[in-house]
Amino acid sequence: MATKADPAPAGSASPLSRRRPLGDRTFQIACLAAGLLVLVILVLIAITTTQQSATWFSTVGLSGVFSTNWDPGSGHYGALPFIYGTAVTSVIAIVIAFPMSVGIALLLTEVVPRRYSRPIVYVIDLLAVVPSVVWGLWGFLVLAPWLQTIYQSIASGLTGVPVLSTFFGGTSVSGVSFFTAGLILAIMITPIVTSLSREVIATVPTIDREGAYALGATRWEMIRGAVWPHSQTGVIGAVLLGLGRAMGETIAAALVIGSSPTITTHLFSPGYSLPSVIANQFGEATVGVFRSALIGMGVLLFVLTIIINLTARGIVGRSARRARGA
Amino acid sequence: MMAIASEQQTVDLREPGGWRRTKNRIATGGMFLAFLIAVIPLGFVLFTVISKGASAITWQFLTGGPIPPNVLPVTFGGMGPAVYGTLVITGFAALIAIPLGVLGGIYINEYGGNQVLARVINFFADVMTGVPSIIMGLFIFTIWVLHFGYSGMAGSFALACLMLPIVIRSTYEMLRLVPDSLREASYALGATKARVTVTVVLPAAVSGIVSGALLAIARAAGETAPLLFTILTVEAINTNLFSGPNTALATQIFANATQPYTGAQARAWGAALTLIAIAFILMIVARLVTARFARYSQ
Repeated sequence: MATKADPAPAGSASPLSRRRPLGDRTFQIACLAAGLLVLVILVLIAITTTQQSATWFSTVGLSGVFSTNWDPGSGHYGALPFIYGTAVTSVIAIVIAFPMSVGIALLLTEVVPRRYSRPIVYVIDLLAVVPSVVWGLWGFLVLAPWLQTIYQSIASGLTGVPVLSTFFGGTSVSGVSFFTAGLILAIMITPIVTSLSREVIATVPTIDREGAYALGATRWEMIRGAVWPHSQTGVIGAVLLGLGRAMGETIAAALVIGSSPTITTHLFSPGYSLPSVIANQFGEATVGVFRSALIGMGVLLFVLTIIINLTARGIVGRSARRARGA
Repeated sequence: MMAIASEQQTVDLREPGGWRRTKNRIATGGMFLAFLIAVIPLGFVLFTVISKGASAITWQFLTGGPIPPNVLPVTFGGMGPAVYGTLVITGFAALIAIPLGVLGGIYINEYGGNQVLARVINFFADVMTGVPSIIMGLFIFTIWVLHFGYSGMAGSFALACLMLPIVIRSTYEMLRLVPDSLREASYALGATKARVTVTVVLPAAVSGIVSGALLAIARAAGETAPLLFTILTVEAINTNLFSGPNTALATQIFANATQPYTGAQARAWGAALTLIAIAFILMIVARLVTARFARYSQ
């Protein structure tokens, strides 16, 4: 297996003379400092936010942090409803965005000729240019009232149906809910999952495609037999990155999730998530345990997204290297 | 019999049979459907923002102030303070993040080579692009606002944290495309590495770097979460970037969205249209710059 398929990066050559002018060295040090800033910021984020959240951890203890009771007025600061809401909304987002993004990525790489694929890419990128707060404004004022009637008819139609009613039933059906937040997040992460999947799918060797066609495969059979096995891992990495984005998406979720710290299987009920509770309640959190708890939620979110990003980047990097080396 | 059967099979292979063809068509239809499903909300949101926001947009709305109380209709006052805040806070963030990001990108590609440190920085810059923007807000709150108070500059710092890894990554990707022969030719003339980088390598990649920077600015201009805990919101214009609470279009939309008053909502739609327009203009300029670059390299 070729470990170094690409040519050696430029710049590794050392300058000819040993005594380099001062300006040359200064420039190199400035570049190094700018690069190191990334690591410094990440470490500082971890240290300062953890320090600020220490009050929360020491006041309520581990069982208090992972309790379901969130009631700052009477001193209960449990984070479980928010962790649950973050998980539920981002899973809904991924379940919707995964088939959509992979479908669009396949459309761009396998179906549409090059000249038409560019405008499609532009349109999908526009989804990413619409600011989060505008999605939230639209979701709250336009989408949620419209969805409310749909949710209600679904919920009443499903009363008594065993499995479905535990997810899509319930009495507290609302336009702002876990599901609405999941829908908005799905739209918002589709551009990034699409573009990453497209990059991965583009690395499938043409010869594999031609081989499948030569055996008489239809396009769909070629995709399943040649494209998918080759790009599976990379696409999973892309989806994980999308999951990380969905978990950290704040403002849109804060407006459409319903702002209710409850744990329920009913997806049409209002809920809450880690970033949205920070955004909504930080203003009223005066110094003390309340503010410390909200910063602590940020620490939880930071740790979760870093773990997911590290895993995803690892997967994507490995599959990209394998694709190049193969 | 055998001969006929095998002939039959050959025909089958050339022209996929009913079910296989149907499956293929369903799959292709599904891909087009996926695209349609993604486009519908985009069209819907753009239509709503334009139809509800356009009526609010006047010169007075864009430049006037102060931002009136929520109960007053949209004809009172204006969003001038928020437009000013968005432009100045994002602009200052760009002033911090773009030079640092370009230098960082230069380090990874030109100086780092295959060193472990360069690869670590590159990897974590990539990871940092995935850190939620609200974390940047909390970070600047704990490290800056708690000690020096709310200000537009604190907001700029938070946005700069968000932009830095994006600029580093796009600069790095662009520098990678610059052919080594350019560098070698300049070294052969006796130029120092810094001189080669600044006068030969950077100009060769400048369009791509500018385009990446513009996209980073477009993303930062629309961000709300990093500004919530760093600038707050104010009604009157605050021309002092370095001290005192400030305001921006995005935070103003967030504050107005849940208000029941029609005036507040109309102002939110108008501000949303303004914000989308700013982001789209930046994106179009970035595309034009890239298109020019693509023509150049051919």
